[in-house]
Amino acid sequence: MAMLLAITAALFVAVLLVLIRLFAGPTLYDRVLAVNTFGTLTVLLLSALGFVTERPDFLDIAMLYALINFVSTIAILKFFRYRALGRATASGEDV
Amino acid sequence: MSPGLVGIAIIDILLFTFLVVTAIAILRLRNLFGVVMLAGVFSLLSAALFVTLDAVDVAFTEAAVGAGISTVLMLGTIALTFREEKKPSHSALLPILVCAVAGAALIYGTRDMPAFGAPDTPVQTHVAPDYIARTPVETGVPNIVTAVLASYRGYDTLGETAVIFTAAIAVLLLLGASGKRRESKDSEGKE
Repeated sequence: MAMLLAITAALFVAVLLVLIRLFAGPTLYDRVLAVNTFGTLTVLLLSALGFVTERPDFLDIAMLYALINFVSTIAILKFFRYRALGRATASGEDV
Repeated sequence: MSPGLVGIAIIDILLFTFLVVTAIAILRLRNLFGVVMLAGVFSLLSAALFVTLDAVDVAFTEAAVGAGISTVLMLGTIALTFREEKKPSHSALLPILVCAVAGAALIYGTRDMPAFGAPDTPVQTHVAPDYIARTPVETGVPNIVTAVLASYRGYDTLGETAVIFTAAIAVLLLLGASGKRRESKDSEGKE
């Protein structure tokens, strides 16, 4: 129980810091990084939750979240490199 | 309450607090890129809440659609429109009032609901015992939710899959066709 409390406290302090950066973050990349970190923290929270409630199958869900997080970060960054989704390779040269 | 439940309750309260903070931040922020990122975080927070409620499949959908696809779609919209939100021209008093009244009505409605996890609710006593008793005998699928989705409602799930597959193919054909045409036009121009 004490372990759960410690993990939760640490994770939520981290989430709070990430939210502050997300809200105040002067540049676009601060915000992208904040969202990515937030996804990682969600993965950690789910893993800890599964560990404490003794349900190891939560790890699978946490892993899927990690994958979604990675793909969406790539999508966002690619979007800002090429300014579009459909014709990424065609317009890449003149950006 | 057992220690595990108390822990989950603490996590729930913290998650809801962050949900409210994120929603207020979305309202206050004028930079639309920040708003899209915050909406993704909002979606991940709701997904975490769904997981603590044991609704893992709903959480999957929320994370994939809310944090994944919607973020990309909204970014696509921003690229076509503006990156800064205009100052609202009218006062927010009436919308706040409507929201407050609707929220109060919903909270009043929850007073009639059974306690969380109560075993004597219609959900637990109506068809659930039948499924629990008959699923292993009738289908042989170890997971009851999977048995309901893939066996008892097999045709329903098949139809859903066909619809989503058709939609995905149509979207891919439309997007892919326009991209290819532009590419060939570009190469013609270079030659």
